[in-house]
Amino acid sequence: MKLPLYRKRVTRSSGGDFAALVMLVILGAFMALPMVYVIGSAFKPLNELFLFPPRFFVHNPTLDNFKDLAVLMADSWVPISRYFLNTLIITAFGTAGHVLLASLCAFAISKHRFPGSRVIFSLIVLSLMFAPEVTAIPNYLTISFLGWIDSYSAVIVPAWASSLGLFLMKQFMDQMVPDSLLEAARIDGASEFVVFWQVAMPTVRPAWLTLIILSFQSLWGNTGSSFIYSENLKTLPYALNQIVSGGIARAGVGAAVALVMMFVPITVFVINQRSVVQTMGTSGLKE
Amino acid sequence: MRGEAFWKKWRISYLFAAPYVLLFLVFTVIPVIISIVLSFTSYNMLQPPIWVGWNNYVKLLFADDIFLIAVKNTMLFASITGPVSYFLCLILAWFIHELRPMVRTFLTLLFYAPSISGNVFMIWTILFSGDAYGWVNGLLLRWGIIYEPVRWLTNPDTLMWVTILVTLWMSLGTSFLAFIAGLQGIDETLYEAGALDGVGNRWQELWFITLPAMRPQLMFGAIMSITSSFAAGKNIVSLVGFPSTDYAGHTVITHLMDYGNIRFEMGYAAAMATLLFIIMVGTQKLIQRLLGKIG
Repeated sequence: MKLPLYRKRVTRSSGGDFAALVMLVILGAFMALPMVYVIGSAFKPLNELFLFPPRFFVHNPTLDNFKDLAVLMADSWVPISRYFLNTLIITAFGTAGHVLLASLCAFAISKHRFPGSRVIFSLIVLSLMFAPEVTAIPNYLTISFLGWIDSYSAVIVPAWASSLGLFLMKQFMDQMVPDSLLEAARIDGASEFVVFWQVAMPTVRPAWLTLIILSFQSLWGNTGSSFIYSENLKTLPYALNQIVSGGIARAGVGAAVALVMMFVPITVFVINQRSVVQTMGTSGLKE
Repeated sequence: MRGEAFWKKWRISYLFAAPYVLLFLVFTVIPVIISIVLSFTSYNMLQPPIWVGWNNYVKLLFADDIFLIAVKNTMLFASITGPVSYFLCLILAWFIHELRPMVRTFLTLLFYAPSISGNVFMIWTILFSGDAYGWVNGLLLRWGIIYEPVRWLTNPDTLMWVTILVTLWMSLGTSFLAFIAGLQGIDETLYEAGALDGVGNRWQELWFITLPAMRPQLMFGAIMSITSSFAAGKNIVSLVGFPSTDYAGHTVITHLMDYGNIRFEMGYAAAMATLLFIIMVGTQKLIQRLLGKIG
């Protein structure tokens, strides 16, 4: 008898399936505990937040923290919608540009193996291992030399060339895109860009969907604080951090902020993962 | 003529790669090269750098006791969190992949959420609070395992282990997602063929089919584990403060931030970054060799 949660496969024993499930549930509970605490805290009234000893679950849930947050945001000098828009612009352009440029380059490295591609790829992998704390200053000088200080570009353009996305896309193209598939499209007379866009990219769909999550996540949380000085160009995380740094009285608001900041990435994640699963269910693109 | 033929053959490839490579050179390669050059100078960020040759490195290796403590701590931290988080990502991704889509999405989110939760990990400072009201102390006292509260985050014997636990809690990030996506890219017919060839149970299937088929992702995950475990610092400071008791939570990166952000000795900080880079590259070469043995 098979557990209904699993897909069928010959090499699986139901005892093993059950053991795996038990392990997932136990670890899952451990992973979820602190999150449950944070979600609870966001709905805690002030007297429960500072209760000693702290209480794990909320007894008298309230929306006060969210109301306080709304009041504080309405009070802000620059309308909060502006911070939101800034973050949205940075996240959308940064993610789109990174996925496109990194995929194009990864395709050329993985599938064309042009002279010099191995050197470029090693450099990209090596660069992941250099502490970013130290390169911050040369980077600042470069961006100021380009005249991008205090503009979206200062955050967006460097994000396009992040090493992680190229490494990820290249590894997936190695694994998932068979050369023969591309060759067939070329024989049919497709231009190289069409081969890339309509043959390679749909095949590595799980890869760029994953890259979208990763890139979205890092840009969504970007405070942009070292490059952007104008108040009306600053980002949402920056504005929310300012609210939280108001001190101990903002503890409840802080918990609400943590929840609000997580809401968008988690929504994106769920939509995104569902489409990963759908593709795998319907496409039989493999030879 | 030869140049022309070469250009004709590779023009499209270079065109595809050029935008990314150009930006990569400007925003990554050049800053790294500048940093390596700065590691041979004394540079306080206000006055021009002064060339000092190997002085920074000599000082680091032979005169800076705290750096040696930091290296020792980083090694301990990385040798535990690196492999453990790597195998955790792999095993969990593998188990989750077997489940039906809805459950799979839910569990993936559950495991992934801590790594995207920003400052939520600070919750652990409440759980591991040093007085009798801390959650862990409270439970252990009630069960009679300890008789007085343990100061988890300030006691040099325990603080590193707490940071390791918290790090593992939030380590199911990039590699975990890459593994999940990688498992989806494996051709299902390979499994059917394997079953016919006598693959009898899930572990054989993992070793002979799944892992070899996702070698590119395994390499990706390994590098991600190396970079995140050796580059730990910021979260450790948030948990145990800076400086930690007896420097028990001091890592190369916290030492580097001390010199770079507080003392403005950028040349010295750059030398640390370069040494850490060399350590990481060495580890990577070793792991690359190990991964070649799979399957």
